[in-house]
Formats: sequence, structure tokens, C-alpha cells
Amino acid sequence: MRGDFAQWWRHRDKSFWVWLLAVAVLLVLVINPLLRLVLASFQQPNGTFTLAYYAAAYGRVRHLDALINSLVLGASAATLCLAFGLPLAWALSRTDMPGKGLVWVSILGTFIIPPYLGAVGWMLLAGPNAGWLNRAFVALAGTDAGPFNIYSMPGLVLVTACYSFPYVFVFAKSALDLLSSEMEDAANILGAGTLRTTLSITLPLVLPAIVAAFILVFLEAIALFGTPALLALPGRFHVVTTQLWQFFEHPPRVGVAAAFAMPLLCITVLLFWVQHRITRRKGYVALTGKGGERRPVRLGRWKWPLLGYCLAVCMLSFFLPMVVICQAAFAKAWGRGFSLDNLTLRNLHFTLFENSLTRNATLHTFLYGGAAAVIALALALCLAYVVHRQLVSRRLGDVLSFVTMAPFVIPGIVLAIGFYAAYTQPPLALYGTAWILILAFATRFLPIAYANSAAAIRSINPELEDAVRILGGTRFTAIRHVVAPLLKRSLAGAFIVVFIPATRELSAAIFLYSTNTQVLSVLLFDKSDEGNFEMLASIGLILVFITVVLILAGFRLMGRDFMLRRTAA
Amino acid sequence: MSKLVLRNVSRSFGNAAAVEDFTLSLQEGEFVSLLGPSGCGKTTTLRMIAGFIAPSTGTIELDGKVISSPASSLPPEQRQMSMIFQSYAIWPNMTVAENVGFGLKIRKVRPDEIRRRVGEILDTVQLGALRERYPAELSGGQQQRVALARAIVVKPAVLLLDEPLSNLDANLREEMRFEIRRLHDEFRITTLYVTHDQAEAMITSDRIVVMSKGRIEQIDAPYAVYGRPRTRFVAGFIGRTNFVEGRLAGDAVQFPGFRVPKSALEAHGALADEVLISVRPQSIQLARQQSLGGAGHCCVPARVALRAYLGEYWDYQVELSGAKQRLRVTARPQEVFEVGEPVWVDVDVAQLVVIGTD
Repeated sequence: MRGDFAQWWRHRDKSFWVWLLAVAVLLVLVINPLLRLVLASFQQPNGTFTLAYYAAAYGRVRHLDALINSLVLGASAATLCLAFGLPLAWALSRTDMPGKGLVWVSILGTFIIPPYLGAVGWMLLAGPNAGWLNRAFVALAGTDAGPFNIYSMPGLVLVTACYSFPYVFVFAKSALDLLSSEMEDAANILGAGTLRTTLSITLPLVLPAIVAAFILVFLEAIALFGTPALLALPGRFHVVTTQLWQFFEHPPRVGVAAAFAMPLLCITVLLFWVQHRITRRKGYVALTGKGGERRPVRLGRWKWPLLGYCLAVCMLSFFLPMVVICQAAFAKAWGRGFSLDNLTLRNLHFTLFENSLTRNATLHTFLYGGAAAVIALALALCLAYVVHRQLVSRRLGDVLSFVTMAPFVIPGIVLAIGFYAAYTQPPLALYGTAWILILAFATRFLPIAYANSAAAIRSINPELEDAVRILGGTRFTAIRHVVAPLLKRSLAGAFIVVFIPATRELSAAIFLYSTNTQVLSVLLFDKSDEGNFEMLASIGLILVFITVVLILAGFRLMGRDFMLRRTAA
Repeated sequence: MSKLVLRNVSRSFGNAAAVEDFTLSLQEGEFVSLLGPSGCGKTTTLRMIAGFIAPSTGTIELDGKVISSPASSLPPEQRQMSMIFQSYAIWPNMTVAENVGFGLKIRKVRPDEIRRRVGEILDTVQLGALRERYPAELSGGQQQRVALARAIVVKPAVLLLDEPLSNLDANLREEMRFEIRRLHDEFRITTLYVTHDQAEAMITSDRIVVMSKGRIEQIDAPYAVYGRPRTRFVAGFIGRTNFVEGRLAGDAVQFPGFRVPKSALEAHGALADEVLISVRPQSIQLARQQSLGGAGHCCVPARVALRAYLGEYWDYQVELSGAKQRLRVTARPQEVFEVGEPVWVDVDVAQLVVIGTD
């Protein structure tokens, strides 16, 4: 018996224990919080089963209104996103419109602005009375008050759409990019004009991508916390996420929040499943086949109106908000307008160096984002390696990748409630420490890390590792001397792709931070009701600056499309 | 004592059996090929020997010690073997010298000793001048040589080659076959070579294992595999051949158009009523006159049905008179016969091989 064990031990692949550890971490990060979330909604503190939380959550009209508001917001924002995103995607992918570079850069810029910062920009633009647009309207029309009020449902829809339409753009553009001109030629030769061809051939071929994008944007909109919190709360209405946040006002009612989070979770899971079905469907050859020859559609005199429309969208989402934010960040008082004597660097200096709160928050943002990206990437790499090198059975591999990808369909706010429920009491009392933020960020962006890691691992021929092993190296030797050097570039890129969203994460952070562990996004939200827009804008600019630096690094590593690829979205 | 022994090794993936009941033993310093069409289980067998896959049943022994059994498998890194992969698996992040020296580094050989041995082996494979190059700067043939050098320099207990030449172009492939055999003659490493190319196996090997559908069809020296195929698969897979069916009639076998005395046919065990023989196109001769034949020859009248000129030889198809049987005949370029022309077919009875009817 002893001999058998000794032989089993000698023959055992030592790397086995690392994989076991990775699975254990996965349990802590994904399974446990989800389990606790569900349990918390049914369980009283003493452990007995109850439906009281559900009664409390759904027993009031106000709470139900929040649910309806979320659905209205999601549907309208997603529709508006299509109106914004589709013409831009078509113009950039299929036409000879001038100024494509400018539009492309603006869309990238829109991607870079955290949605809640965009909301701040729009508060400056269309706040009642003092907003720039209202002031301009008053000056031009000579009325007493401007017509715009961003603290309303239409305002919320507009701002949400401004910062979600890039997803529609990316989905539609990659579908259009795969479409060959020959398919359109075939319609032309049968006598269809450009418009007819576009409507009856091009559009249906990219329809699955559009529907998938619509669903994604809808889910983005209903899971969003920052923008509704900034715009809906002053406008005195609630959506699901802001309502969830209210349940967390002292004292936190975790059970009620968990119960109220269920519809959000269920809708999300259901719609992602639908989206998955649509994009996997085989009927549309254009999405899977190779593109043939591609020629841009000649727009003729229509190119100027199209460019005008594209720039108008970019104006709303990028130029206008960024201009007023920059103005506020560099102004002594933003209301005094654009003049040289209003210009100052004090706000930025104060934010970065003098104010310990903001200084620490900047530091934390880097630290937590970096730590989360490292953890997510390390875990994702281990798991991607286990699954794609088939170190576990195929079925277990499928389960592992499913669990790893699961956070993708969990709204950040729901995940945060799960983390709160799981890690406020022993054995793992992480609440109040930086770790709960780091782990929550790591979990949220684990799917992005996993998708990137899996692609990287797949690009390496397993025989390169087999060659190390047959020459006497262990699996770790192979990873250290062959896999790691070959993956360096793509891993650095993956790190950035995880780090960027982690530095601006708000919806999970808002539930899990404590006074000692504030990050910039939380601080920005926290300070928003003080009306100190100069400081908000400064914090926002710092965030944007961090992101731009990271993206430039990413360009060097991975080429210019790395942020606007479908996988990243 | 045998160096490497596979005893009743099987491996299945799910319900599909990749290798069934594989038994083979290699002598020290022997060069054996696994030859068969793709999907016949030869690579699976090789990867079981390397330790990348565990057998479902059976054992693999190296120097008398069990290294693989269904219960446990010694990891590849502890087997003292080396392997050449179909993709060469040259590490692109290391120079030629680093690639070749890697196995020695793992074995904790002193750096100056590594440098010396790497230099020696690179000279042997004629890559001495390229030691500081990166793999991306090498041609396919040079990469192949790096892979060979890297595998040989560690003096492995067993050298495994997995279709190493399949990615090379035709001329280079021909050159490398002889190179591999030359290196084997020089270093005498026990070698197992997987290929689907019969010429590669014939040129390099001491013995060939012909596999089909996960099973061993025949293990023999190259001339025996070609000249004395045991099964219909082997006869058909190695080179071209004619299959002719006959019936036992008294002490002779009646084939369509000709008769052969039973005693002239060499068979394993007694002949059944139905006899299948294989006869190579090269062992048949065509003539305008009936030759004297003599002992051990059959002379049968026939007619040329089809012909093709391939430069190095004529490829004829002749139809035996009074029978539906067609035979393919390979003839020298100067032996010209017209389509439809009556000819005499001269078969060397000693070249008829009785195939086990399976």
C-alpha cells in the first residue's frame, strides 16, 4: 500500500495543487457571494427562512415604480443608442464619408469618459437655470428660463445613451466589416438602388449583431448606478440601482436589498442567454464567413449631412461635456464662464496634492485597480491554462469556464450586495478593508481577463510545452521559460484592459468602500451633492488622464483596435 | 534485454478506441517506425510512450521498470526521453544555441560543458554558423535540424519522432530522411518514428510496425513488409499491388486465367478454400512471345486494356484472356505495347504472396 502511494505521488503532476488553489479562489470570488446573495434574501439573522424581505422590497408602490423606471430607462436608452450607433457604424465601415478619423477618435474619447463623469458634464450643460445650454437659450431667445432639465427621465435617457452607444457602434461595425460588397452587388445587379439594398440586404445581414448590441446596452443601462444616482436622485425619482443603494443607507438592509436585486439579476441572466443564442445562430453566413472584396458606398452629396449627424452625436457625447468639464476643472468658478482671468491650476493642484482625501483616493484607485487586475489575470490565466490544456476533464473544464465567465452577467451592484452578504462577518470579515474592494473589482473583471487569457493560451502551440517536458522540465519550467516569455505582450495588454475599468468602477465600490478606502469614483460621487463642480471636474480629469495613458500603452502593445474590439465590449 | 516494452497497451477517448492491444518491444539502439494512415492511433501510441497520455489498459516499461500503467504514469519530464514534434516546437523566444542547450541546462550540466556539446551537435547537423540566430530567422529545414539537435544532445534513453518531416517540401523531405538515418547510425539512440509516409519508414527503419484502426497489422523489416505483406491492408497500404482471388482445387489453386500448384505458394498455415494473393506490378513481366516460363513461372495470355506513361516507367493494365481479372503491370520505358495488343503475362510464382483472409 505504501509503495502504491509512493508511486502515485511520484507520478502525480505537481502542478495539480496550483489548479486546486485556483478553483478554491474561484469559489471565494464567484460562488460564495452569489450563494450568499440568494441566501440573504430568504434568511433572517438567526438563520430561519423568511419571505419578509421580499414583502418589504415589493410591498410599496414607490419600489415598484423604481422597477418600471429601470425598464423604461433601459428600453429608451437602448433605442436611442441604436439611433446614435448604427448610422456611425455604417458611415465608418461602408461609406466614403470624409472625416472618419475625427469621428473614430471621438467615439474612442466617449469610451474613455466614465459614464458618471459624462453625467457631471451634462449637469453643467443642462442643469436647470445655471446650465450652459439653458443660459445660451435664455441669451438667444430672451426668455426667463431655459427649457432643459437634465434631472429628468429624458435627461437620464440621453446621458445613458451617450455613454452606451459605443457598444452598438462596435457590434454593428464588426458585423458590417465582415460583409462583402459582393452581396450588395448581387442586389444592385438585380436592379435595387443603394437605399433599397441597404435596407433589404445590408440591414438584415447585420440584424443579429444589432439585436445583440441592443440587449447589451439595455442591460448596461439598467445596471448603471452612477448616472442615475447623479441625475435621478435630484430629480426625485428612483431606478432599481438607486433604490438598492437606499436600502443600504444606515442601517443597511441587506436582506431587502438582496430580494430587490433578484429581478435585476434574473432579467440580466435571461437576456444574456437570449443574446448568446442570437449571436451563435448559424443562419447568417455573413457573420461567420470571410469578407470578400469590399468597396465603400459612394455617398455623393449625402456625405455632408451624414458627417453632420455623426459629429452631432459626438458633440453630445464627447465634445460638449468634455469642454465644460475642462472649463470647470481649470476655472476659479465655473459659472463665470470662458475667460482668461477665470483660469487657474489651483483645483487640480488642490485635488492632487493638498487635499489628503483626494490624494489618497488617487493612490487607492491605482493600487486597488492594479491589485485587482493582477489577481484577476493570475486567476484567469491559471483557469484558462487548466481548461485549454485539458488538465481537467472536458466537463469540469466547461463548468470552470462557465463559473469564471459568470460575473459578466452579474450587474456590479448585485455582485457588491453578494460580497457584502458574504464577507461582513467571520470567517472572512473583509468589509471595511481594501481587500473587499480589490476582490470585488477582480471578480467583476475576471471575465475580461479570462477571455483575453484564453485567447493568449490558445495562440501557443501545446507542443512547445511538451518539448520542455520531454526534455526533463516540469510544467512550471515550461511556463516560466516558454509560456511566460511568449505571453508577455498579450498579458500586458490584458492587464490594461482589466485595469482601465477597475480604475473607474463605481457601482460595486459604492457599496463596499469605507472612509479609509475611498477611490476616485466614489469620491466623485460623494462630493457631487456639495455642488463643488470645479473639484468634481478635476477628479474626473485625473481619471480620464489615467485612462488615456493606459490606452496609449495598450495601443503600443496591441494595436489601435484593442479597446474597440467586440471581445473587449 | 529489451529497452522499451509495450504490453497489451490500449487507449480509448470516450467510447472511441484509439489504440487496441498494442504489444511491441524495442531493442537497445533499434530504429522502429509506426506506419499507418492518419487516425490509426500511431501518434496516440507515441504520446503514451512519452507520458503525455496514460494508457487505458496495459503497461509500458523502460529498462524493465513500469513507467506507464492505467493506475499511474510517470510524468514526461522524468522519463529521460526526447521527442521531435510535428510542429518542431522550437521555442521562438530562445536562440538556436539556447534551444539546443535547454535540456542540458535542466540536467544541470556545467555551462562550459553545455557550450561544448551544443557546438558539437550543431556542427553535426551543419548549423554551427547559426547558433545565435532566432528560430524566426531560420528556414523550415534548419528548424528541423535544430529540433533534431535539441533532441539528440541530451543523449535520451529513447528518441521519439512524431511525423517530423510532414511540414517540409518534397526535396528537403527526401534529404532529411537520410539525415535522420545517418544521425541514428552515428548515435545509436533507441528510436521510435511515427509517419504516414512509407518511403520515410522504409529508408530510416530497422523494423516497421504497420498500424490500421488502432491495431497492429504487421511488424517486420522493411523488405518483408513490402515483399511479404501479411494482411490485405498492409499489401494495399505499402506500395501498389494486385489482389487476385483463387479457389483451392486438389493440389493446385485455380486463379482466373491461370493455375498454381499448391506447393509453390508459401502460406502461413494451411490454405483455406478461398485464397487471396497479392502480386506487385513490378513482379509481372509483359512479352510478345510466350516465354518458356520454366519452373516457378506462369505464362498467361492477356490483352492491354489501359496504359499510362510516367516517364520513369509504363503503367499498364492488362486483362487476362477468358477472365474478368485485370492486373496492373509496371514496365520499363522501352517496353512499349499498344492498347488492345495481345500480350503474354509472365508471373513469378515466388512473388505471389498469400494474404490471410480476414
